[in-house]
Amino acid sequence: MFFVRVNMNDRTYQVTETPPEYRHLAGRGLTSTLVANEVPPLCHPLGPNNKLVFAAGFLSGTSAPTSARISVGAKSPLTGGIKEANAGTSWAADLAAMNIQALIIEGQPKEKGAYWGITITWEGKPKVEFFESTQYTGKVLPDVYPAMYEKYGDKISVCGVGMAAEHGYGNSGVVFNDMHKRPTRYAGRGGMGAVMASKGLKFIVLNRMGAPGMPIVDKALFEEGRKKMIDALRTHAITKPKGALNTYGTAVLINIMNEAGGLPTRNFSSGRFEGAPRIAGEAIFETNKKRKGEEIYNHACSPGCIIQCSNTIFDEKGDEITSCLEYESDWSLGADCGIDNLDDVAQLNALCNAYGLDTIETGTTIAVAMEAGVIPFGDSKGAINLVHEMGKGTPIGRILGAGAATTGRVYGVTRVPVVKGQAMPAYEPRAVKGIGITYATTTMGADHTAGYTIAPEILGVMGKQDPLSPEGKAALSRAFQATTAFIDSSGHCLFIAFAILDIASGYQGMIDEVNGVLGTSWTADDILKQGAEILKAERRFNEAAGIGKEADRMPEFMKTEPLPPHNNVFDVPDAALDSVFAEL
Amino acid sequence: MKITVKLFATLRPYLGEGASGTPVSVEIPPGATIGQLAELLKLPPGEVKICFVNGKICDLNHVLADGDEVGIFPPIGGG
Repeated sequence: MFFVRVNMNDRTYQVTETPPEYRHLAGRGLTSTLVANEVPPLCHPLGPNNKLVFAAGFLSGTSAPTSARISVGAKSPLTGGIKEANAGTSWAADLAAMNIQALIIEGQPKEKGAYWGITITWEGKPKVEFFESTQYTGKVLPDVYPAMYEKYGDKISVCGVGMAAEHGYGNSGVVFNDMHKRPTRYAGRGGMGAVMASKGLKFIVLNRMGAPGMPIVDKALFEEGRKKMIDALRTHAITKPKGALNTYGTAVLINIMNEAGGLPTRNFSSGRFEGAPRIAGEAIFETNKKRKGEEIYNHACSPGCIIQCSNTIFDEKGDEITSCLEYESDWSLGADCGIDNLDDVAQLNALCNAYGLDTIETGTTIAVAMEAGVIPFGDSKGAINLVHEMGKGTPIGRILGAGAATTGRVYGVTRVPVVKGQAMPAYEPRAVKGIGITYATTTMGADHTAGYTIAPEILGVMGKQDPLSPEGKAALSRAFQATTAFIDSSGHCLFIAFAILDIASGYQGMIDEVNGVLGTSWTADDILKQGAEILKAERRFNEAAGIGKEADRMPEFMKTEPLPPHNNVFDVPDAALDSVFAEL
Repeated sequence: MKITVKLFATLRPYLGEGASGTPVSVEIPPGATIGQLAELLKLPPGEVKICFVNGKICDLNHVLADGDEVGIFPPIGGG
């Protein structure tokens, strides 16, 4: 396996064998360890000393199901701390097939406003070539992405950044192609797009032709693990074909979170949204059925996924508005803004994809602006206009593009739902205490995927726990965070967790798959320890960047404003929050 | 006594036509549990996963009261 270092100072590159100390790291484990070891914690995130690291998971590029995740890591311009964001895409499998364990983008060109792309091909080892890309800037992604396929053929995978990244926004993602060559699969959170753009890099095109594919040390063990994983995913009610995810997509959560009183509404002022049924996954399914005249089940975001949860929203003429509209996006651009017009929510999602914005940060930021009176809650056309302002980079667009925390500060808003500068996702911490602990303590800034305690607190996966009670939730969040750090390194999509947390043989299957690829003999304890080590490395970086335990706190309003309908506040003691990492 | 019931996702058809989560008024015997309500509505037992009463998660032997608002979900996930 190789490390490929691309130096944007002088557009040169270096290919080396993976150093021994990194041999057993992949995905988030590898991006975070590299960033922690090589990026000065106090550097400017958009300066020459930050590094952008891409790493696929251990299993990416193999036949393990649902395993094409790519991790993107750097110091975040949104949080000022370490960041890992990941996405599902053929790009991950192609990087792995070319045996590139880490792709590291370093330096910064002297030429202001100039952009390049790189192609990586296989000639006995990875080969990098540079091409001018300034002509592709200042345009929406759907207008420039096809040019890559015209230039380099159909067999490629494409990574890029949009106008939000070119503007240097803390809210800007790195985008990857989906199965239909569209720029829609985002490593969205924390401004990784702006880091890539700050290096004068617009596109990374992979062509795996002739590449050897991922080496597997113990094929029999890998196959055994793969079969266990497939069985678990095909059996579990949530992940099986025509199960909840395949039928209704992730937006199936809108109704259950609303029912639980934990669907953040109108800038986190209520846990219930009266318009929830109109934007829920069930409404998407029924609307599509009516408009297309048939039941439409969801599709895969990347090759080899057998869960297939990605939806498409069609307009009244039957034409596509957007794909995919995830729960988080549906919520942030819908309920959190008081918007219940599904077509407008879909339109907002399409615009975020076109400009290169993170949907969670965008919706929550607009909701903060609504709270400030910039436009009224529920004004979907006004929200569409604000996203255009962000894309264009007008003064108000730039304020919003800096994220919810900055927008709150500019407009003097006190109800700003952020931790470490990153906006909260679609679960109300006052109604679901465990996820609040994850938001507060994760190294990433408010992030549900870092420790998804919603599984036992709401969904009845891995037992049932009372969402309103803080009891035992610090330990729960800690266990989820450590396990997740490993799953984020495996290459598997986090959604495999629904199946393998309930089906023990599926969990063992994941361990067998990884041991098969690496030739290791890791146990369940070993992978938990590895997860903990990843978290500790991230934590060390954050502390050195000035983000210590004082930052592991909820915004004040959540401790003082009771949230309807349950009228709870966030009542987890600081000592419990501190124990998450103190006892790791 | 009368309660309000909302069925979601794949359970929706068991209350007749209407959008998912639309509240429907249902007459049940006093002292009935959620489990008995599920039987009354002929919900497939394996499909009843998460039940809410007035926004709080309850198990199948929870005894319902007049005017309760009940929401029932099959196994679902997302994120």
